[in-house]
Amino acid sequence: RWKPRLLECEIPASNPKSLQISKPKKVNLRPHFLLLKFAFLPGFKYPVAKTGLPLWMLGLDADRLRADLNRLLAFLFHLGILDEQYLQLQQLQDESSPNFVSEVVNIYFHESEKLLRNLRSLLMDRDFSDYDKMGIHLNQFIGSSSSIGAKRVRNVCVAFRAASDQNNRAGCLRALELLEHEYCILKNKLHELFQIEQQRLLAAGVRYPMLN
Amino acid sequence: MSGNGASSSSLNMISGEDVVNNNLTALVVDDSPLLRLLHEIHLKKYGLKVQVAENGKVAVDLFHLGASFDLVLMDKEMPVMNGVEATKELRAMGVTSMIVGVTSKDGPGEQQAFMEAGLDYCFEKPLTPEIISILLEELNKHNKKD
Repeated sequence: RWKPRLLECEIPASNPKSLQISKPKKVNLRPHFLLLKFAFLPGFKYPVAKTGLPLWMLGLDADRLRADLNRLLAFLFHLGILDEQYLQLQQLQDESSPNFVSEVVNIYFHESEKLLRNLRSLLMDRDFSDYDKMGIHLNQFIGSSSSIGAKRVRNVCVAFRAASDQNNRAGCLRALELLEHEYCILKNKLHELFQIEQQRLLAAGVRYPMLN
Repeated sequence: MSGNGASSSSLNMISGEDVVNNNLTALVVDDSPLLRLLHEIHLKKYGLKVQVAENGKVAVDLFHLGASFDLVLMDKEMPVMNGVEATKELRAMGVTSMIVGVTSKDGPGEQQAFMEAGLDYCFEKPLTPEIISILLEELNKHNKKD
């Protein structure tokens, strides 16, 4: 009995130290080949995408990208970069606010970079002594990081605040460097998440052809 | 009450899945645009009409102008007028709205000072859907008694 050949998507492995999002994957096309029987109907024309692929095949990318998205999210949870509060954000997104998560995260980036600049500016001042002001900035950072589930950034802010409460300038400087580092990691990973999500939405926007 | 850092009298842990009320109004007072948006969307999901204020003075001025709200979410640390001062001022004006404090991870002494200003409840940021639905249940009970 004839069986459809399985497709394999060969994607080069990324840096071993980073997450390998796309691995070679075998895709079972058997359910989709059932549609082929309609191809022999007279007058039937398979819609073809700009890439030349039949439209019905493009939906497979959406599934692969969703799997990539879930793997990346699981990885970020495992590393403690994000926590369940991020899932709460996703649950607030719906048809009435379809870009809610990206809007909130963009506001977070904007606020955080302002706070980081303020913190660095305070600490670089030779005559710095206003630890109360630093504490106010850190409280804001803690609150906003908790709100989007940025767990590691939040934890570093808490340690930073402890150093600030003790008027420990050296400790604050070390904490600031760590905070900037953690923030960079978070921002890069969230950008990665949103890129995959965008690609998934584009791929999922392709619909199977309506068959009469 | 433990969990999210609430320091208040115990709340009944009733499931709030069906708490959707189109009559309740809320005021979110927070200097962070992110927290304002987050709490605003959370409350709107439950059918509340929500206004926002970026500091305690704006909130107090709203009440001075005759506005009233069933629920006030009050951040503690804000410029111009912080949450403690704003809460004291609102209670001194005779405001009987439910005022719920939201704080970053503060020590117990600081939360106590905030509670003593006149809060009904105090929680750590951010408020979760579970906490919000419990608060709305309490609000609905208060409104029924009135």
